[in-house]
Amino acid sequence: MTISIRSVEKKFGRYPALNHVDLEIADGELVALLGPSGSGKTTLLRTIAGLEFPDAGQVLFGAEDVTFASAAARRVGFVFQQYALFKHMTVAKNIAFGLDVRKGAEKPSKAEIAKRVDDLLKLVELDGLGSRYPSQLSGGQRQRVALSRALAVQPSVLLLDEPFGALDATVRRSLRKELRRVHDATGVTTIFVTHDQEEALELADRVAILNAGRIEQIGTPHEVHDNPVSPFVCGFVGEANRFEGTVSGGRFTSGAVSFGANGVRDGAAVGFVRPHDLVLDDGGLEVRVDRVHVQGALASVSARAADGHHIEITTSRADAPRFSGAIKVAPRMSHVYPA
Amino acid sequence: MTAETLSAPPSTPARRPLFRRRSAIPGFGVTLGVTLTILSLIVLIPLAAVAIKAATLSPSQFVAAAFSERAWAAYRLTFGAAFVAAVINGLFGVLTTWALVRYEFPGKTVINALVDLPFALPTAVAGIALATLYAPNGWIGQFLTPLGIKAAYNPIGVTIALIFIGLPFVVRTIEPVMRDLSADVEEAAASLGAGRLATIWRIILPALGPAWLTGFALAFARGVGEYGSVIFIAGNMPYKSEIAPLLIIIQLEQFEYANAAAIAVVMLGVSFLMLLLINAIQAWSRRFV
Ligand SMILES: Nc1ncnc2c1ncn2[C@@H]1O[C@H](COP(=O)(O)OP(=O)(O)O)[C@@H](O)[C@H]1O
Ligand SMILES: [Mg+2]
Repeated sequence: MTISIRSVEKKFGRYPALNHVDLEIADGELVALLGPSGSGKTTLLRTIAGLEFPDAGQVLFGAEDVTFASAAARRVGFVFQQYALFKHMTVAKNIAFGLDVRKGAEKPSKAEIAKRVDDLLKLVELDGLGSRYPSQLSGGQRQRVALSRALAVQPSVLLLDEPFGALDATVRRSLRKELRRVHDATGVTTIFVTHDQEEALELADRVAILNAGRIEQIGTPHEVHDNPVSPFVCGFVGEANRFEGTVSGGRFTSGAVSFGANGVRDGAAVGFVRPHDLVLDDGGLEVRVDRVHVQGALASVSARAADGHHIEITTSRADAPRFSGAIKVAPRMSHVYPA
Repeated sequence: MTAETLSAPPSTPARRPLFRRRSAIPGFGVTLGVTLTILSLIVLIPLAAVAIKAATLSPSQFVAAAFSERAWAAYRLTFGAAFVAAVINGLFGVLTTWALVRYEFPGKTVINALVDLPFALPTAVAGIALATLYAPNGWIGQFLTPLGIKAAYNPIGVTIALIFIGLPFVVRTIEPVMRDLSADVEEAAASLGAGRLATIWRIILPALGPAWLTGFALAFARGVGEYGSVIFIAGNMPYKSEIAPLLIIIQLEQFEYANAAAIAVVMLGVSFLMLLLINAIQAWSRRFV
């Protein structure tokens, strides 16, 4: 199901939580809504779900305008950060709930429901746990139950609000892979909210970056990482060294740091250089290395420029020995925005 | 996945006796000791005294005292009215709690305080007030009389008094549970296609179940033992509207201490069995917590 969000606005009191949001999501896509806390991610997701209604604008599922349709009518699968499982029901009953509450001809037979529950338990690798209660499961298992419960109704779209937020790092990573696998297996259009850029970049087909109730950029993980359209996106997605300075004649200068800024108008500006875009260069900026930290195949180098500006460099582990004492580095790529 | 399997708690190597397991929670010995001492002093020993007193009767005397026709009528009324009142409180209490927890409305604080009033009000005051209201010529009674309903000086009157006494037990036990029900769970049900009624019936009420049973049991137990408010509105006619606690008092006034103890022992036994049963149901309904 394609989802179209058109000029959606939502205020809480006088505070605009969503500010003219436009978003088109293709059928079968896996999209991440990424942004800092309070940027309106949850509000946008709930508006798509029908748990919140916009003050202006439209939400379309396919060609159908569902702006004011109830959550029940939209057939969405919603996964909450805190699982929101029905504690008094077994895992199997939880998963079957969406089918159980159907009425008349819509309602599948007992055998069909049991079969569907079994299939879903297998899909999320929980087979054999159908008769447990949620309290007898780990956090990761609970979230998988929540996921299969949402999938049981064959939703037109699967919505997840920081689904891995309450889990520890290892479980989070394994569930991430699992969500991708489940998405690929079912082909259901999926939108998930996260404030973790690594998660968004790893998992999503496209990432929408929200800031203060607006979408700043939407694109593939590559696009938003390599061609950020704004200083906010540049700083939020991936690591970056940030410099404040001025542009004059197509060159950005900030203290001792200077690099090309073609096409940026003269005046105050901010420049960003990703740590892995800084390379050794005899004509470059002189910095002193404070510390080298090796992580797997990569090495993070903490250094300081003559003016005291802290600079992070990422290099390969093999090259790490060349980063010691006084070195000279230059950016092979940079992003400059008028301030 | 492996991470979760690994983080499963290791099975305890050497099993210790059940009550002597090592625990990081301090105070097992002290708390249990104090509990047993106090329970003995103020509950068990007096109850044992009742039983001992009743044991001074021969079996046939015991049966004559405890199972006379008049006593049977009193038990039926006491347990019946307490049960009916607890059921009514169970229904009404859920509605009251719902209103108090879910909505903001003017006068909410007052209603909140009113709910607790039966806890604090001397029961005799409540009994007299209720009797005055529900008497055939009372404020409320006068409207019931033309309908052919007599609400005071009969079993209905007893039930009314017990409803009054029991309401706060139900409200105050389910209130925290209802407050803790997260909006998420209801929204999850809605997104899965459940209507409002299905959500209430299949999600909210079952979640309240264990607390509701506790409230019900408390209201019921209180109703069985209630004396002060009931005697003013009951009419106290033997075989008709005489409650068992009153029968005990009457025996005491006639210095028939052993007979009084015999009736008390029957009430104790029945109450204990019923509470035990309710506790068992409750333990079963808490299996998912
Ligand atoms: N029910 C609400 N009432 C009032 N303000 C709200 C409500 N929900 C969200 N907000 C406000 O709207 C803004 C966006 O919130 P939210 O969508 O939850 O952000 P995010 O999920 O990105 O952290 C926040 O400033 C938040 O305080
Ligand atoms: Mg949020």
